[in-house]
Amino acid sequence: MFKLSDKILLLCVGEAGDTVQFAEYIQKNIQLYKMRNGYELSPKAAANFTRKNLADYLRSRTPYHVNLLLAGFDETDGPGLYYMDHLSALAKAPFAAHGYGAYLTLSILDRYYRPDLTRDEAVDLLKKCIEELNKRFILNLPSFSVRLIDKEGIHDLEKLMPVGAK
Amino acid sequence: GDHCVGIRGTDIVVLGVEKKSVAKLQEERTVRKICALDDHVCMAFAGLTADARIVINRARVECQSHRLTVEDPVTVEYITRHIATLKQRYTQSNGRRPFGISALIVGFDYDGTPRLYQTDPSGTYHAWKANAIGRSAKTVREFLEKNYTDEAIATDNEAIKLAIKALLEVVQSGGKNIDLAVIRRNQPLKVTSPKSLVV
Repeated sequence: MFKLSDKILLLCVGEAGDTVQFAEYIQKNIQLYKMRNGYELSPKAAANFTRKNLADYLRSRTPYHVNLLLAGFDETDGPGLYYMDHLSALAKAPFAAHGYGAYLTLSILDRYYRPDLTRDEAVDLLKKCIEELNKRFILNLPSFSVRLIDKEGIHDLEKLMPVGAK
Repeated sequence: GDHCVGIRGTDIVVLGVEKKSVAKLQEERTVRKICALDDHVCMAFAGLTADARIVINRARVECQSHRLTVEDPVTVEYITRHIATLKQRYTQSNGRRPFGISALIVGFDYDGTPRLYQTDPSGTYHAWKANAIGRSAKTVREFLEKNYTDEAIATDNEAIKLAIKALLEVVQSGGKNIDLAVIRRNQPLKVTSPKSLVV
């Protein structure tokens, strides 16, 4: 997870090396925008900037094979989540997931997500997803780090470590 | 006016510039002479504003580029050297003219040391405890030479007062036309007018 600005986080998964290289490049460019213009890019603008970069590299000799989730809080638009895959498709979504775990978690999210979730309900929904993975996913994933973004900024929540299923 | 003063305190660095008085129909805030290069470094300049924009942009890009490759923020000396090297290249290249600005670059290195550097169009740079650039730089520097003592910069407020007093030597219209920029250790740049800072 990379902190692009005070209120934007970028989660970057995929090819080893590509993830860090691409994410840090985007991170520094977002900071450069802040220095040049005196204010930070909005989450929507940052997402589109990232998409453009990923798309440009896609048809070069050096494409980045990464899947991204960009989360941010905008003063006017409120919280926003953006899903981006390695082919540079961008979609604003109420919930999203990448990887094999997505096959399991997306159905949980589909069933239990409501647009008016409170902060605690949202964290509980995340826990539900992880419990489902713990139960049904072939790989053992012992520990998840969780971050939350609100109008105050980015907050680190407690690590989620599901106990072994019976 | 084109006056600019920089003071290196013990826990604070101060930049003061004279704000050009605007014409009646002109909007005020379109000309900023103090610019942040990064969260911990800023610079003020005297000379051709248009040239300054180019130099500042290159410095800003270099600050981020340095963070990307080296995973550390620039030291004030590094970015000053980068700007100075850029300026020097333009004194020795085909078909180009030198950048018409002198710059005062202030900030804190990541070990906490405050720094103040000055560059000029030739591409030389030097470190200073306090300095002035611009039209009547000599007058201001003489004032600073007389008044820069360890007591004068003992506290943050004293350092700010010294910067304001130095500028008032040459600024005609008094306090209204002075812009101040202050960086305290581990804190971001603050650009304000003198009233709100000094107790």
